Amino acid sequence: MQKIGVFVCHCGTNIAATVDVLRVVEAAAKEPGVVHAQDYPYMCSEAGQALIASAIRDKGLTGIVVCSCSPRMHEATFRKCAERAGLNPYMVEIANIREHCSWIHKDMEEATQKAIILARAAIAKVHLNTPLAAGHSQVTKRALVIGGGIAGIQTALDIAEAGYPVDIVEKNPSIGGRMAQLDKTFPTLDCSACILTPKMVEAAAHPNIRIFTYSEVERVTGFVGDFTVDIRKHARSVDMDKCTGCGLCQEKCPSRKTPDEFNRALGTRSAIYTPFAQAIPNVPVIDREHCIKFKTGKCGLCQTVCAAGAIDYTQSDEIVSEKYGAIVVATGFDTIKLDRFGEYAYDQSKDVITSLELERIMNAAGPTGGHLERLSDGRMPREMVFIQCVGSRCSDGRGKSYCSKICCMYTAKHAMLIRDKYPDVNVTVFYIDVRTPGKNFDEFYRRAVEQYGVNYIKGQVGKVAPLPDGRLRVSGSDLIDGKAVEITADMVVLATAIEPDPSARRLASMLTASIDTNDFLTEAHPKLRPVESPTAGVYLSGVSQGPKDIPETVSQAGACAAKVIGLLAKDRLTTNPCTAHSDQLLCNGCSACANVCPYGAISYEQREVNDHGVRGERRIAVVNNALCQGCGACTVTCPSGAMDLQGFSNRQLIAEVDAICR
Amino acid sequence: MSIDDRDFRPVIAAFCCNWCSYAGADLAGSSRMKYPAEVKIIRVPCSCRVNPMFILRTFEKGADGVILCGCHPGDCHYSTGNYYTRRRMASLISLMEFVGLERGRVRVEWVSAAEGAKFAETMNEFVEHIRALGKNTRLEDLRCKN
Amino acid sequence: MSELTERIMEISGADPRKCMKCGKCTAACPVAGEMDIKPHQFASCLAKGQSDLLLSSNTLHKCLSCFACVERCPRDVRPGRLIDAVRQCVVRARGQAFLTPEEIPELLDDELPQQLLVSAFRRYRR
Repeated sequence: MQKIGVFVCHCGTNIAATVDVLRVVEAAAKEPGVVHAQDYPYMCSEAGQALIASAIRDKGLTGIVVCSCSPRMHEATFRKCAERAGLNPYMVEIANIREHCSWIHKDMEEATQKAIILARAAIAKVHLNTPLAAGHSQVTKRALVIGGGIAGIQTALDIAEAGYPVDIVEKNPSIGGRMAQLDKTFPTLDCSACILTPKMVEAAAHPNIRIFTYSEVERVTGFVGDFTVDIRKHARSVDMDKCTGCGLCQEKCPSRKTPDEFNRALGTRSAIYTPFAQAIPNVPVIDREHCIKFKTGKCGLCQTVCAAGAIDYTQSDEIVSEKYGAIVVATGFDTIKLDRFGEYAYDQSKDVITSLELERIMNAAGPTGGHLERLSDGRMPREMVFIQCVGSRCSDGRGKSYCSKICCMYTAKHAMLIRDKYPDVNVTVFYIDVRTPGKNFDEFYRRAVEQYGVNYIKGQVGKVAPLPDGRLRVSGSDLIDGKAVEITADMVVLATAIEPDPSARRLASMLTASIDTNDFLTEAHPKLRPVESPTAGVYLSGVSQGPKDIPETVSQAGACAAKVIGLLAKDRLTTNPCTAHSDQLLCNGCSACANVCPYGAISYEQREVNDHGVRGERRIAVVNNALCQGCGACTVTCPSGAMDLQGFSNRQLIAEVDAICR
Repeated sequence: MSIDDRDFRPVIAAFCCNWCSYAGADLAGSSRMKYPAEVKIIRVPCSCRVNPMFILRTFEKGADGVILCGCHPGDCHYSTGNYYTRRRMASLISLMEFVGLERGRVRVEWVSAAEGAKFAETMNEFVEHIRALGKNTRLEDLRCKN
Repeated sequence: MSELTERIMEISGADPRKCMKCGKCTAACPVAGEMDIKPHQFASCLAKGQSDLLLSSNTLHKCLSCFACVERCPRDVRPGRLIDAVRQCVVRARGQAFLTPEEIPELLDDELPQQLLVSAFRRYRR
């Protein structure tokens, strides 16, 4: 018989306000096996933990139940506390009477009854707990960063600087990401390329960093400390070692009609191309879909002009398989498609553009050479309208319910830059709220209004209608004056909502990392573990986790790197001892369990078994504890009931069920 | 409806996987969403840990409804666990119907860690449904009664 | 910016572009309910250069010049002064830019609302 101690936490008033803690203590004390029951205002505090430790020592407890917050919050705390007091840490069970009880109920009687039942279930379970010992696994001292934007680059640089090798995988032909497409950055108006390019160069030159561009993650297996990742390097058709980056091939390429992705399809590019002048690596790729040589077999001009002999039409995709200890997801974002927002006439007029398109138009390397002009006729606009929250904060299913966070600031930046460069252009901004939390952010926005005379109107735009003369009639509302507003504009810029890059969902599945309904990766704890995924060894950097601007992305990238370094600095990790194991007397070696195991942790052995005095050799399942992650799929599949899961055994779960139904 | 029916407080067990649904339930709690106290949550590492036998046992012991919550298909922490759950539960549910248990006493829902509101909503709806069905008399083990 | 708007800004010494449309001026105003153009709208009309509208507004007559709006404005827009400035523009357009001290006793009679005097003192004390 176990000697069980029950500790009920008040959590200040978080629990005690709706649960009669003393009655829970009383009820728990009456349960069989309970030799000690008490309450305390804050069980997780040092004094609370000391209380538990001394009860364990003084009363010789063999198991404890803590009735407190979610085990996802403090299970580790109380396990450590038990361990310090000489109790096996896996003899601790938590009854979640805060998140699952006091916070969801108002009625004290109801909540107290429920808390008592939850405590009983935990007591019933701990009766059947057995001491478990954690194993150890090795750590591969190399990190993988998926995505080569500013988030990925910064994370990789920080990890590399700490002395660990890092690989960056980027699906585009060059690293740089969205930041490379931006013209200026708020709130200081630094030129984006000027601050990004040095970082790109630094990453490329760093001895600890390898960059795989034009590559994608194909397959991920393994677990924290020991991931194996297959990276598909798409055929570049250009030899990276031979190419000198002279650019002659791109100049001579006769196929020039491909929409230029880097310029948001506002211009065209050749079939052999580097996305932009400062591309890293400065080695072009051949876009086989649009290359005449690949389409018709005739051409080969680039091969003819290449003095270095770098063009290789026979290259094929290559799979690189590498081991990593940690994986960082930094897959970034794209703007949403606007086909469901017909009211803004984005598809009807070339002069209705997204803000990212405006970035390219404002950029000296962009399709208009940095000159502000209408894409329809090349004329300079006189009247510009910016519309905020296009698809953001939109819960009707067409857009995104969240705030994209960066739009208020970049719109203020665009408006300011335009008024600065072209003072005779009138700029009007329609907004719902102007959200500028951040250092020097509100001051920046106020400058746009007060110094640059940008006309901010509180209210949304209901319709943008192209007029016969090519201008645009913008119908909006002015909620301050309580009037409808009509503006005839030359150009309309939409602050389009951002969404996670489409690759994030597939990647999350591969990594078994949680993802939310908006396809943003979920953090392990929204406040206290913001850069870690709940999946051990997977870290989050940049917009893949949620909308954020450049300063925030860089801070998060650094935080993420610190977490990765913390992991890689360890020589070995303790593994979860809650693994499956088979009862050799029941196992008949049918292989059903191995078929459902996602980790390949189950193998079979011929073993001599003494079955009630009858000795014989049998084929039985053996679980590799280093590989088993403890999902329990095998336990249910096993037809003879030989497989069981430590920590969540059949008997333990049934005991909980019985306690709840009692 | 008799007076007994109105006072009927069903016993409901909710099996929640540790990675998505249990976290979703935590989020429902920390967001102070309300759902009936009849729901008692049992934590399992993955929805695929739940043996259909556990569910039968729950009914046998007098539960009126059982709900099993896991990660959305494709999002399982153990990559494929909830696919097994889906298949197993599909057969269990049709078996339960075959033996004459009312439809809807067993339910499977996918709730992610970010879906606190969905968790609360699902529980409210489920409890309402079980209340409407009334007491589970068909699968309860009469030997458990004195 | 129209000449009128410029003149209003010059007289008032206030900058309506500083307004962040919080509405505190209107919230503080004891007679906002009577006004056709509320103090915050006054600032926004000026910022948009629609100062012509203001000349015929009843706000000019309703405003008590209590300057609660000026006290409370978090951005130093001073809506009361803006209203005051528009009022002066209307008065000046009628050729009555000022009063001589000799005229004042004649204007003071039993019929004259006390409010006007209080308002005048408040205004010119500043």
